[in-house]
Amino acid sequence: MPSELSLVVHLLVIITIYGILSIALNLIMGVTGLFNIGHAAFYGIGAYTSALLAKAGVPWFFAMLAGVFLAGLIAFVTGIPTLRLVGDYLAVVTMGLGEIARAVFKNWISLTRGPMGLPGIPHASLLGFKFDTAEKFLLLGVISLLLVYIIAERLLHSPFGRVLKGIREDETAVEALGKNTYRFKIWALIIGSGMAGLAGSLFAHYITFIDPSSFVMWLTFFIFLIIMLGGPGNNLGAIVATVVFVSLREGLRFISLPEWLNPAALQQLLFGVLLIITTIFVPRGFIPERKVTYRRHQDHAES
Amino acid sequence: MLRVEDLTKDFGGLRAVHHCSFEMPEGMIFGLIGPNGSGKTTVFNLITGFLPPTTGQVFFKDREITGLPPYMIAQWGIARTFQLVRVFHRMTVMENLLMAPKHQAGENLLLGMLRVPKVRGQEQEAIERAMALLAVMGMENLADEYCGNLSFAEQKMVEITRALMTDPDLILLDEPASGINPSLVNQILDYIRKLRDEQGKTFLVVEHDMRVIMNLCDRIAVLNYGEKIAEGTPDEVSNAPEVIDAYLGV
Amino acid sequence: MELFAQLLVNGLIAGAIYALAAVGYNMVYGALKFINFAHGSVAMVGAYIVLALALSGLHLHLVFAFCLSMVLTALLGVFIERVAYRPLRRAPKLAPLTTAVAASFVLDAAVMIIFGADIKTFNLPARRGFQIGPVYITPVQCIIIVASLFFMACLYFLLTHTKLGKAIRAVADDISLAEISGMNSDLIISVVFAIGSALAAASGALIGMDANLQPTMGFIITVKAFAAVVLGGLGNVYGAIVGGYLIGIAENLGVWYIPPVWKDTIAYGILILMLLWRPAGIFGKEETRATVL
Repeated sequence: MPSELSLVVHLLVIITIYGILSIALNLIMGVTGLFNIGHAAFYGIGAYTSALLAKAGVPWFFAMLAGVFLAGLIAFVTGIPTLRLVGDYLAVVTMGLGEIARAVFKNWISLTRGPMGLPGIPHASLLGFKFDTAEKFLLLGVISLLLVYIIAERLLHSPFGRVLKGIREDETAVEALGKNTYRFKIWALIIGSGMAGLAGSLFAHYITFIDPSSFVMWLTFFIFLIIMLGGPGNNLGAIVATVVFVSLREGLRFISLPEWLNPAALQQLLFGVLLIITTIFVPRGFIPERKVTYRRHQDHAES
Repeated sequence: MLRVEDLTKDFGGLRAVHHCSFEMPEGMIFGLIGPNGSGKTTVFNLITGFLPPTTGQVFFKDREITGLPPYMIAQWGIARTFQLVRVFHRMTVMENLLMAPKHQAGENLLLGMLRVPKVRGQEQEAIERAMALLAVMGMENLADEYCGNLSFAEQKMVEITRALMTDPDLILLDEPASGINPSLVNQILDYIRKLRDEQGKTFLVVEHDMRVIMNLCDRIAVLNYGEKIAEGTPDEVSNAPEVIDAYLGV
Repeated sequence: MELFAQLLVNGLIAGAIYALAAVGYNMVYGALKFINFAHGSVAMVGAYIVLALALSGLHLHLVFAFCLSMVLTALLGVFIERVAYRPLRRAPKLAPLTTAVAASFVLDAAVMIIFGADIKTFNLPARRGFQIGPVYITPVQCIIIVASLFFMACLYFLLTHTKLGKAIRAVADDISLAEISGMNSDLIISVVFAIGSALAAASGALIGMDANLQPTMGFIITVKAFAAVVLGGLGNVYGAIVGGYLIGIAENLGVWYIPPVWKDTIAYGILILMLLWRPAGIFGKEETRATVL
C-alpha cells in the first residue's frame, strides 16, 4: 500500500477512536451539562484493563468488555459522592480524580510498568478474525463508532435524554417536576465513561503500546474543544468536528518544524488558544442542535 | 391539604422566616403577601423541599413532607413556578411540557432507548394533553418555538402550563402576575379560578400586587420580616392596622 | 524522632511556599469567587522568568531578578484577565474556568517550547547549612521562610492600611455597591490579578530555589494552592496560610508512610476530600463566603 494511503487509513482509525471519545463526552457534558474533566482517565482505564487482560490471555472481546465495564463501574463509584456538587466544584473534583487515575497509571509500576508503558498488546480479534492491519482495524473502528452513535442518538431522542437536556438547562426546575436528577446524571456519566473505555480498548489494541502520557488532562480539553465547536449535544457535529481537528492535529506532525519546536507542545499551544477564543466567541458551536418539532405529528394525527 | 407548622429558617445569623404557621383546605386559593424581603419565597422553598427548615414542619394531605428532597415532594402532587421564570430556554415549548408528566416509562434508560410501544403511547397522550393546555391560553402556535425566544409573559404561561402537566393537587405560584400587562393578568387570574372551580385544584400564591391578591384569593396571610403578622379574608387583611403599617412604614 | 523533626521542618519550608501560593490564589478567589486555574502556570512562568534573567547574559542578581519577575508576571496576570476572563464575566462560571485551564495549557506549552522539557535549576551556590538540634537547615531554606513571611506581611499591610487595600476589600465584599460608590471595579480587578500573579511568581521562584523547575510544575501548584484555601477554610486569607502549612507538613510527613512518587497525590486527595466532605474548610462555617482578608 502506498504510504500516503496508509497514512490516511491511520488517520481514519484515529478519527473513529476520537469520534467515540467525543460522542461520549458530548453525552456527559454537551447534553447533560456535567463538567467532567476526568474523561481521559476512563479512556485510560479502558485501555489498561483491556490491554492487561488481553496480555494475560483473555480474548479481545471480553477484555474490551471488561474495560468498558470497569470504566463504567468506577464512574458510578466516583459519581455517587461527586455528583452532589455543582458546576465548577464538580469540575475541580473530576479534574483531581482524573489526575489521581493518571498517577496510578504512572506509579503502580508492578501493574502498569509506569512510564515505560505496556508494549506487546495483542491485536483485537473476533471469532478468529484478527484485526492486525490498519485497514482491518478501520472496519472495527467504524462499526464501533456507528454503534456508539446509534446508542447516543437513541438516548438523546428519548424521554430520558430529554430530562438530561433539562438538567443541563436548569437542574432545579427539573427537580421541581418530580425527577430524581441524581439517577439521570449517574447514568449519563456511566454510559459516557463506558464509551470512553471502549475507545481506550480500541486504542490499546490498535497501537499495541500504551503509556500514561496518552491519558493526560489535555486530551479531555482537546475533546472538549471538539464538541464545543461541533455544537454541544449534537452527535453528528461532534463527528464532523472530530474529523477536522484530528486531521489538523495529525497534520501538524507532518509539517517540517524546526528542531526546537516540539509538535505536541505546539498543538497544545495552538488548540489552547483556539479553546479560549471558542469559549468567548462561539460557546454554542457552529452546528446547532436539531430542533424536534411536534406540530407535524399533530397534523398527521388529525388528518 | 397543606399545613405549615411553626416554620423557621435561619441563614447564619439572619432569621428569614420566624415561626410561621398556616393551613389551607382543598380547593382554596390562598395568598401570601408581604413587602420585599419578607420571606415569602423562602417559605415556598421550605414547603417544596428546596431548603430544609431550621425548625418547624410541613404537612401535605396530613403526611409530613418536611425536609424531603424536592423531586419527591413534586411527585406527591405539589407543583411550583419560580419567581425568575425557569423554563428550559434551549428547548421548545413542547419539549418543556413533555418533560413534565410524572412516571414516564420513557425515562427508564432501556425502555426509552428502545422506544417500546408503551413509551410511544405515553408520548402521544402527553402531546395531546399539552396541545390542549396550550390551546386554553391560545398558545398552540408556539409549540415548536424555543422558549428562549418567547416573551417574558409567554414564558410565564409556559411555566404555569408545565406545572399543570404534572397533574398536581397543589400548585404554588411565585408572583404569577409580575411583569405581565394588566389585560393578560386578568386572563391568567380567570384561568386559575377556572382550574379551581372545574378541577378542584388548590393554589398557594405569592404576590406583590395587592389588587391581584385581593381579586383572586379566598384567604391571605401577610408576612413581614419573616413573621406572619395577619391572616384572614382579603377584606379583613386589607383593613388590619399591622398590615398597613408594614406596607407603609419604614 | 530526629527524622520526624526533620520531616516536620521540611514540611514547614514547603508549607511556607504553599502558603504564599495560596495567599496569592486567594486574592482572586476571595475577591471574584473565581477558581483561577491558571494560577500555578503563572507561578511557573514567574519562576522561569527569574531563571532567564538570572542565568542570562544580563547576570542580574537573584534578588533583582526576583523583583523584576514579579512585576512582569503581574503584567501577565493582568493581560490574561483582560483577554480570557473579562469577556466572560456574565457567562456561566464554567466558561472562565475553561479559559483559565486553557490559558494554563497555553502557558505550559509556551514555556516547554521556549525552555525545553528538561529539568532546570537555579544553580545556587551550595552553602553549608547549620544544625539546630536534630534538624538540618540550609540558608536557602531560611531565605524561603523569610521571603514567604515578608511577602505575606506586605500583603497584609497593603490590604489593611492603604486606600487601595480598602478598595480591594470593598470590591471583594460587594462589587455592585463598590461601583455605585464610584470605584472603578475593572481597575481594582486588574490590580487584584496583578497582586495575585506577583505573589504566584514569588512562590514559583521559591519552589525553583527549594527544588527545581520544569514546565509541568504549573498545574500542581494550582492544585496545592486551591487545596490549601479549601482546607484552611473558605473564610479568608488566614485560612489559606494555615492550609498551606498544613499541606506542606502533610506531604512531607506523608512520605514517611508512602512511596515518594505519590507525594503530589496527597494534595489532590486532600482537595477532593475537603470539597466532598467539608467544603467550608476546617475553620469555615457552613455558609461562609470567601473574602480577601
